[in-house]
Amino acid sequence: MIFLDFIWLVLFLPALGALIQLLWGRKLSNTAVSAVSVGLPGISFAWALGCFFQFLQLPVHTHTNVLYTWFAAGAFKLADGSLGQFNVDVGFQLDPLSAVMMLVVTGVGFLIHIYSIGYMGHEGGYYRFFGYMNLFMFSMLTLVLADNYLMMFVGWEGVGLCSYLLIGFYFHRKSASDAGKKAFLVNRIGDAAFLLGMMLTTVTFGTLNFTQVTQLARSGRFSVGDGIITAICILLFVGACGKSAQIPLYVWLPDAMEGPTPVSALIHAATMVTAGVYMVARSNALYVLAPTALALVAAIGAATALWAASIGLVQNDIKRVLAYSTVSQLGYMFLACGVGAFAAGIFHLMTHAFFKALLFLGSGSVIHALAGEQDMRKMGALWGKIPTTAKTMLLGTLAISGAPLLSGFFSKDEILWQAFASPYGAKLLWVVAVLTAGLTAFYMFRLFFMTFGGNSRVPHELEHHLHESPPVMTVPLICLAVGAVAAGWVGWPKVLGGSNRLERFLEPIFENPAMRPSSQHTWSLEFGLMLLSVAVAGAGFYVAYRWYIARPEAPERLAASAGPIYQIVLNKYYVDELYDALFVNRAKDLGNGLAAFDLGVIDGSVNGVGWSTRLTAELSRLWDLWVIDGLVNVGAFAVKLLSYPARVLQTGLVQTYAWFITLGVLIFMAYYLIHF
Amino acid sequence: MNPIPTEWYLFLGGGLFTIGVMGVLTRRNVLVILMSIELILNAVNINLLAFAKYFQSVDGQVFALFVITDAAAEAAVGLGLIIALFRNKETVNADEIDLLKW
Repeated sequence: MIFLDFIWLVLFLPALGALIQLLWGRKLSNTAVSAVSVGLPGISFAWALGCFFQFLQLPVHTHTNVLYTWFAAGAFKLADGSLGQFNVDVGFQLDPLSAVMMLVVTGVGFLIHIYSIGYMGHEGGYYRFFGYMNLFMFSMLTLVLADNYLMMFVGWEGVGLCSYLLIGFYFHRKSASDAGKKAFLVNRIGDAAFLLGMMLTTVTFGTLNFTQVTQLARSGRFSVGDGIITAICILLFVGACGKSAQIPLYVWLPDAMEGPTPVSALIHAATMVTAGVYMVARSNALYVLAPTALALVAAIGAATALWAASIGLVQNDIKRVLAYSTVSQLGYMFLACGVGAFAAGIFHLMTHAFFKALLFLGSGSVIHALAGEQDMRKMGALWGKIPTTAKTMLLGTLAISGAPLLSGFFSKDEILWQAFASPYGAKLLWVVAVLTAGLTAFYMFRLFFMTFGGNSRVPHELEHHLHESPPVMTVPLICLAVGAVAAGWVGWPKVLGGSNRLERFLEPIFENPAMRPSSQHTWSLEFGLMLLSVAVAGAGFYVAYRWYIARPEAPERLAASAGPIYQIVLNKYYVDELYDALFVNRAKDLGNGLAAFDLGVIDGSVNGVGWSTRLTAELSRLWDLWVIDGLVNVGAFAVKLLSYPARVLQTGLVQTYAWFITLGVLIFMAYYLIHF
Repeated sequence: MNPIPTEWYLFLGGGLFTIGVMGVLTRRNVLVILMSIELILNAVNINLLAFAKYFQSVDGQVFALFVITDAAAEAAVGLGLIIALFRNKETVNADEIDLLKW
């Protein structure tokens, strides 16, 4: 049990890497930086694998490793009047859910670290980049391995910080630093709600420990639809909306593409943005008590999926398309959670981590080959030029579009089926999800055809620069491509003769009597719906092929004829402008108003006090000058006047006094002579 | 040959004294005032010697020697004062030395 006993090494190895880079990285050579900051996450991944295999041997699929008590706040009164004891531990919990997350984070994270050696090799601040990346790995692993909400929140804030730092990695570019600030501020809204949700959890349950909260929630003390549980769930979900970029807080994620591409792959596709899904899944025992909150989660998820996919249809920046695709896929995950199919949500989270990381890294490889060009209108016909990238990208595109037997197919169809058949599901949700699947296939193949197919629109001087990326970048692509193909096989559904091992693995976490498979729906119905969704995805592919390969002039004609609608979608429905008008500028107005208030009223009153003090001082001065001094001066003047005769005698000249002496002597002599 | 009568000595002494007093009272230059004081002292010496001869006593002559010594010392101190004064005030004019004034 050596691995499980030292499970904290999984986190602290990347933390050590971050410490080394941020303290001494400047002095290290690039080779040393790579060795430390890729090696340590590599060991961490190996350790996580060791933990996982030992974990499978355990009789009970929960392993908790409490390092120490973080704080013991003592007794306090709960909402229901009973006394509670509030303790928070620094502890790590490995159960099926966190095990899946740990493997995804360390595995995909390690591959992306390797890729970064090649991608970031020519950039300044190499050590800084890897320091932040390591710090991110530490925070994300804290988030997924924590055994209570508060430690999860520590990791939650940590990944937010790293996201901010890495989005603004090219901080000398204003758009990048703005995007970092935007991500941080939008996340703050969600984080505040998460914090409120935690406080409400504390006063309701008296603990923040996952196991205890789950036990209490399932103990029957709370009825389904309990108001306070609903409030907790909605608050937690608002937190998840911020981190996982759901309506209305999704606006930061597309801007986050200002960061380096490996960052987009690791943080803004594979791991951090899925933290919200993980958190909702982790709180599943609460959500099944709050059908209203579940319905909200499902509605927001479905709406986000469709909304973001529609924006993704017309974007021209390769990374932005993928960003909107990520928002849309996260919507799928929330849709799954919202219909009670948490396992399906986690399944999609896992497969999405593989194929979206692959797509981002592939787009990074394309951008690398084109010396930084991100506009798809200046690409095309790259298939033969960068073959490894193109082939792996094709697999990723097929996987996300739901091509049969690839990973995305299994997880997406699980979600579609659950949206249709789950007791929490609804036909409308299913329709929206299927429509989104069609749009997804379209925009992903649009991206693929614009980049790799058709005629070359690459500027002439760049043609010579075109080159396949070095092996340090293509090997991670190949590894991820294998994952994008095969990761779904752990969830092979029963209808296709599998046993859905992932769902059974996760079952102890998500036990919910309401989700027992109902007998109303037959296998044939599930199979039929599956065929239908494949057909819709196929239609998306066909349209993309028709427009971008067969008749490349068609999209422009369509865009011209759709005129204003096209403009609205191209400009992302003007949501950023709307938020600017509604919130950002109002906040600025408030700031300006307060500044004016400070200047006018606060400073004004201080100045008024100062002015009145000066006024009274002036009056006092005049009184002193004319009355007090005047009296003194009058006295002095009188003395001066009276002393005038005495004063003229005193000249200060010795000779004058000598004259007086002489005259005095002469007078005495004269008197003497006269009388004697 | 008749001896010089004592009155003549006294007239000479009184004349010298009057000249000295008038010099002290009217001259502006401090150096000249100092010289005038020497005149007064020497007028006194003449008187002392005249009376010493008249009374056939040596006391007056001894007194005159003391006065001469005193005059030498006074001249040394007086000249030192004048130099110090000139260094501070850049003047030897008695009109401008009115520090005693209120």
